Amino acid sequence: MLKIIHVTVNGREREIAVDERESLLDTLRNRLDLSSVKKGCEVGECGACTVLVDGEAIDSCIYLAMWADGKSVMTVEGLKSREGDLSPIQKAFIEEAAVQCGFCTPGIIMSAVEIVGTGKRYTREELRKLISGHLCRCTGYEKILDAVARSVEEHLRGAAD
Amino acid sequence: MEVGQGKVRVDAYAKVCGEAKYTADLEPKNILHGKVLHSEIANGLVKSMDISEAEKVPGVVKVLTCFDVPDCQFPTAGHPWSVEEKHQDICDRRLLNRRVRFYGDDIACVIAEDEVAAQQALRKIKVEYEEYPAIPTVEQAMAEGATPLHPDLRKDNVIVHSHMTMGKADFSFEKALEEAKKEYGEEELVYVEEELDTPRISHCHIELPVSWAYVDNNGKVTVTCSTQIPAIVKLYTAMALGIPTGKVRIIKPYIGGGFGNKQDVLYEPLNAFMSMQVGGRPVRLEISREETIISTRTRHKITGYVRGLAKRDGTILARSLDAYANNGAYASHGHAICANCCTVFKDLYRDRMGTEADGWTVYTSSPTAGAMRAYGIPQSIWFTECLVDDLAKKLGMDPYELRMKNCMEEGFRDPGNGITFRSYGLKQCMEKGAELFHWTEKREKYGHESGMKRRGVGMAIFCYKTGVHPISLETASARMVLNQDGSAQLIMGATEIGQGADTVFTQMAADTSGLRFDEIYIVSTQDTDVTPFDTGAYASRQTYVSGMACKKVAEEFRSRILDYAAYMLNNSVEDISKTIYAKEVSRAEEKLRSQLSLSPKEKILPEMLEIVDSRVVLKEGGEALFPLSILADTAFYSLDRAVHITAEVSNQCKDNTFSSGVCFAEVEVDLPLGLVKILDLVELHDSGIIINRKTAEGQVHGGIAQSIGYALSEDLLVDEKTGRVLNDNLLDFKIPTAMDVPDMRIDFVELEDPTGPYGNKSLGEPPTIAAAPAIRNAVLQATGIGMKVAPMTSQRLIEAFQEGGLL
Amino acid sequence: MFDIAGFYEARSVDDAVRALSEDENAELINGGTDVLIRVRAGKDAGRALVSVKNIPEIKGVKLLPDESIWIGAGTSFTHITNDPLIMEHLPMLGEAVDMVGGPQIRNMGTMGGNICNGATSADSAASAVSLNTELLLTGPEGERRISIHDFYTGPGRTVRRREEVCTGFLIRKEDYEGWTGKYIKYGKRRAMEIATLGCAVRVKLNGDRSRIEEARLAYGVAAPTPIRCRKAEEKLKNRSLSDPGLLSDFSETALTEVNPRSSWRASREFRMQLISELAKRALSEAVKLSGGEIHA
Repeated sequence: MLKIIHVTVNGREREIAVDERESLLDTLRNRLDLSSVKKGCEVGECGACTVLVDGEAIDSCIYLAMWADGKSVMTVEGLKSREGDLSPIQKAFIEEAAVQCGFCTPGIIMSAVEIVGTGKRYTREELRKLISGHLCRCTGYEKILDAVARSVEEHLRGAAD
Repeated sequence: MEVGQGKVRVDAYAKVCGEAKYTADLEPKNILHGKVLHSEIANGLVKSMDISEAEKVPGVVKVLTCFDVPDCQFPTAGHPWSVEEKHQDICDRRLLNRRVRFYGDDIACVIAEDEVAAQQALRKIKVEYEEYPAIPTVEQAMAEGATPLHPDLRKDNVIVHSHMTMGKADFSFEKALEEAKKEYGEEELVYVEEELDTPRISHCHIELPVSWAYVDNNGKVTVTCSTQIPAIVKLYTAMALGIPTGKVRIIKPYIGGGFGNKQDVLYEPLNAFMSMQVGGRPVRLEISREETIISTRTRHKITGYVRGLAKRDGTILARSLDAYANNGAYASHGHAICANCCTVFKDLYRDRMGTEADGWTVYTSSPTAGAMRAYGIPQSIWFTECLVDDLAKKLGMDPYELRMKNCMEEGFRDPGNGITFRSYGLKQCMEKGAELFHWTEKREKYGHESGMKRRGVGMAIFCYKTGVHPISLETASARMVLNQDGSAQLIMGATEIGQGADTVFTQMAADTSGLRFDEIYIVSTQDTDVTPFDTGAYASRQTYVSGMACKKVAEEFRSRILDYAAYMLNNSVEDISKTIYAKEVSRAEEKLRSQLSLSPKEKILPEMLEIVDSRVVLKEGGEALFPLSILADTAFYSLDRAVHITAEVSNQCKDNTFSSGVCFAEVEVDLPLGLVKILDLVELHDSGIIINRKTAEGQVHGGIAQSIGYALSEDLLVDEKTGRVLNDNLLDFKIPTAMDVPDMRIDFVELEDPTGPYGNKSLGEPPTIAAAPAIRNAVLQATGIGMKVAPMTSQRLIEAFQEGGLL
Repeated sequence: MFDIAGFYEARSVDDAVRALSEDENAELINGGTDVLIRVRAGKDAGRALVSVKNIPEIKGVKLLPDESIWIGAGTSFTHITNDPLIMEHLPMLGEAVDMVGGPQIRNMGTMGGNICNGATSADSAASAVSLNTELLLTGPEGERRISIHDFYTGPGRTVRRREEVCTGFLIRKEDYEGWTGKYIKYGKRRAMEIATLGCAVRVKLNGDRSRIEEARLAYGVAAPTPIRCRKAEEKLKNRSLSDPGLLSDFSETALTEVNPRSSWRASREFRMQLISELAKRALSEAVKLSGGEIHA
């Protein structure tokens, strides 16, 4: 049986009919066509389905859609500006060559949004821990860390200006 | 020059926006859901199946069992097909198997309106088996009286046994040992003999091998799938279904990694069959992570018995390898991987008396082993480089010196297959790497560690061929198509699988055609109905083999453009004068004639022209004549001479060359906890000219991380009694997280390879090879313990330290 | 999509208890990081879920009038770690739950779920045991308090009844004030890991930090349930930090109190080695945190 939930998705209030058995991953992909949210394991181990719920990164594959009722959800589709400009984090991922197959990329970018949003500076070791909920088999994480570190620095510099 | 630039990936924008479409992102709404039932025994026969309860589950559309599939056996290896029977891959699989050969074999499938209904129906299928003993290990499968898994194809479980030598054809290690004792005396010799072992590995591409299928308007069964090898999937799907190849269409969009698992035909044929059984309706077949780990492919667990003989002065005289590859239930790539392992073992060092290698590839009732990045060479180099360091230890010699003295030399040619080291950078890599790493200082510093935390350094070298010639066919094709604005599409049969192929092909095409990099649009999707033929992404072949096709198509495309440019310039007063570009073209003609002192009667030849930065320019001096946009618009719409400029090239490659490189690792070993911390890691690659520095670095980083997993944590375990996989998920199969890899220092020795289209040679796979044995050898220096088995888990290390009296 | 018979989002603890009582097929779900995985694996397929995910009354950390610290069962690991009261009084627990899975799991998973699962490997469990934590359970008959020492009955089994909701945890002042502690998680990776072994040591030193007044030692995965090693603790009572036998007495006694099993994940012998080594390391660290130094 379908249930109605109210969720702010990428800044837009939505009224969505969901099956109460659905994961948030299912809802975002199948009902809202937000296909940046990737399915890699369905048990919260790979991090490919990471989205922000009320600003916190979660694995949407093990988060029931019903739980999102009344909350705010953000995916990579919500990062571009209204004019279509990329966010600084997305730019950093491109310029640091942090993308290979790209399947883990949207999820890691969402974690980066949470990390950058704390407004804190982190050591490389701390950043390793902060992205450790994402498995990437292509990059060895090296250039991903470069991109996240750069995003953090740019944000702090921007905030200081 | 576009080649050699660190261009931004052509797909990066789409990927950071989440707009790049992968297989599952392209499914139509209201698609049916397919699920596979896997056997719960490792060896036996399905006697009967009761699907009555499953069919009653609301939403179930169809249940298909191993009794319903066509009587066709097909191969799955991502090798080019062969028209020579003895080179064909083994046809040992059906869509669903009655004869169950491993725990997890595909025996039935369900198609339902939703995935929960499909799951529920799976649980309601009752299976009656006739069970035989599980034989998941090589020992069990080769034991006297073991049940042959494929009695129709092999009388026992050995798929192939091969024997190869270096030196004399009848070289034998035993005989060499006797001769050496006579010639040099026993005290002048150092001998090492050991059993080394490697793990079964799951590829762990983050995108699962999903697919969806329907029957299109032309009556073609069309499968959109996450594959590295669309053209091969097309052929084998047709074979599996018993239908003509033209009736199958394969579409490959972006894929989330493959690493060789998707260099096999996986569930695409079954998915096609499922759609055909429900009137061609779209059916998605989602293979879960657990199913991917158990029932697709793995890297081979190969056990190696190695022997090495050297003189006290460090001259290696002879080595031997007996390699037993656990191939699992189905042949997949057959003996090719174990044979590759043996070949590199014998190639890497110059054994003065000779080398001997024997390989056995064995069917067992365990998950099927197939291709995985570097194709048998991580195992080969584990054997080779453990042995060489153990020899060095016994000789009391610096492992670097021993390698310098004995490794393969410039101009090396494998006498067996003729593959030749065309651009040799191995020693240069070692020299440059040792300097960067401070090998000598560190090696001396860590010579005498004591205490509960000990440090050491180790190294490993490797070589790797480029593509599969002459073992198999190498062919590739490419097409370029001009747009009205002078830009072009580049359509490659070769596949982007995350490695950056689309970007480097675009660089190559830009470099050779003269079009601007950002005005060449690569079509990333391969659709076998429209894409030119290529066998796909494997063997680190694409920049080399498909790159040559790309270069040739760009040359052809450029020459057709220049033909038209010459036509325009020669006819600027007559035909072209009627067009809106008359002024610009006749000005260009004047410019050209005055520069080259050409009379108005003399013909302007295409050879006088060149394309630079998407403009037609004078070859001499490079003066700009007109932009390609003018040419293209004219070529499309001229009433006098309209031509759609395209080019298509198919190129067979009959060349090969070796890449090589070295890895240096510095570790700290925490003895009581069995922990290895990597303090520094330097890797150098001799891969010819690097087409794109940034993407190349990314590949090397990723490969090293896989090798670190190989060294320390990855091990797919199969229960020896039941044949059941124990760790079929990403929690228990431990690939490194960001916290488990160190920062890596990498570099390249860029020597132009004469056979590569742009001086390049293989790079995709080599980074996965050397870090594991380098780490092992660093642990050896730190602790004096030479580990025999990868991965060196904490438990194994502690057991070895206890045995060695360190704890 | 999960194979569940129904879903009910409880509005309060009492509402959850009522819902659980009314449907025998219902089970409680908190953060979801374990329950949904069991559903997917087919183990709990077909059950109805009663969610306490959005009940404010079981979230947060509070200092009670008697200076006990209350941790809401629905508090996510991340919120526990970052809570000022936890940072001040129970940093060890904050660090322990910061080792669960990865950041996303820590944003979702709760201490209530972690403990009530009954898993011996739960990262909060060893710390909770070393803190003499009390659990608050609300059932149809009202609230009851139970010590964590009486909570576990076997692997994956606890005294919590199906219709009971764990609402929070209590840690008394005498169990945190003046103590320092260290939890070491031993896993095969440094993240996304289930503990091969977890070891929590707490110490209380005397005034001049020359001796241990009291110590506590608890393990995860050293037995079918999280355990406390009271004999090893006894060995440290009033022991001088310069006593040469300090570390070995402690670790060797611990070995007599544990009962790890061999599995494909790790052998008993390997776990015994970890039990011994981690006891020493965690003790040394805990002492250091109190400003002392073991000279043994």
